[in-house]
Amino acid sequence: MRALLLALALLLTASAARADSAIDALPFKNVAQEQRFQHLTGQLRCLVCQNESLADSNADLAKDLRWQVFQQMQAGKTDAQIKQYLVARYSDYVLYDPPLKPSNYVLWFGPFAVLLAGAAGAALYLRRRSRADATPADSGDEDW
Amino acid sequence: MNRLLPLAGFLLLVVLFGYGLWWNAHHDVTAVPSPLIGKPAPAFDLPRLHDPALRVTKADLLGKPYLLNVFASWCFACGDEHPVLMAEARELGLPLIGYDYKDKPADAKAWLAARGDPYTLVVTDQSGDTAINFGVYGAPETFLIDADGIIRYKHIGPLTPGVIRDQLAPQLRKLGVQPAPGL
Repeated sequence: MRALLLALALLLTASAARADSAIDALPFKNVAQEQRFQHLTGQLRCLVCQNESLADSNADLAKDLRWQVFQQMQAGKTDAQIKQYLVARYSDYVLYDPPLKPSNYVLWFGPFAVLLAGAAGAALYLRRRSRADATPADSGDEDW
Repeated sequence: MNRLLPLAGFLLLVVLFGYGLWWNAHHDVTAVPSPLIGKPAPAFDLPRLHDPALRVTKADLLGKPYLLNVFASWCFACGDEHPVLMAEARELGLPLIGYDYKDKPADAKAWLAARGDPYTLVVTDQSGDTAINFGVYGAPETFLIDADGIIRYKHIGPLTPGVIRDQLAPQLRKLGVQPAPGL
């Protein structure tokens, strides 16, 4: 009985692990290659359901693209070459980590520019206020 | 003046958020810009839907501009687009090549037989491998390819009379194609 329960528990964990990501039963040569594949497809965006990675998506196109990635890995292509293959067809959009280049500068530096502008505005405001506080003419009726 | 500063900041944010709302409502948030525009269309060699013994290659279609319309019988939006193609395909002034994407030929033939066939010819890509080279990620998608085989324009999603008039027709005129007046 205990053995049966254990077997059942093992089966459940195994199927839960399988549900983690879309599994295509690709004939990997070894575990290292499978891990490389999972790592690479995890960095790529599925174009059909754009909040999922290529590794996780069950979309038909994601399956096709995983097959392309797999085949190119078998052909000895590097991760960079495989990414370049996809970027040439689907633009930087397939990369979850967009490259630093002029067309992406707003994306990369925009938030810092906004932060700097805010900091400059706050500094200006504070300096003006402290100068106003220092003058004796200030009535001081604002107690904050 | 200083007292109005917070109001000005607030109004600035209202404008920014308002623009964000407007922009999200007025463009296809799932559209991925194609890096292939201005570049040569990928080579292809695909069987014709109605006569698989005949194949069509990129080289066969060089020499004059054409539209490549990616569709499939399983694609709902293609059903929305289809009447537009039926009504306007002949008015555009260039061949409309159908690209049947990841579809069973029998299904595609039945689909076209039931609704009408707006295409000059239809090629079929059952595996979808060639479509990956075109950067296709859904259907319908439409490519405008010039006489030299360069992709000039791509529309993602169904062509509508508005898209044809405002976006496609100006691109056609740039290539020297004369769409019917009114387009």
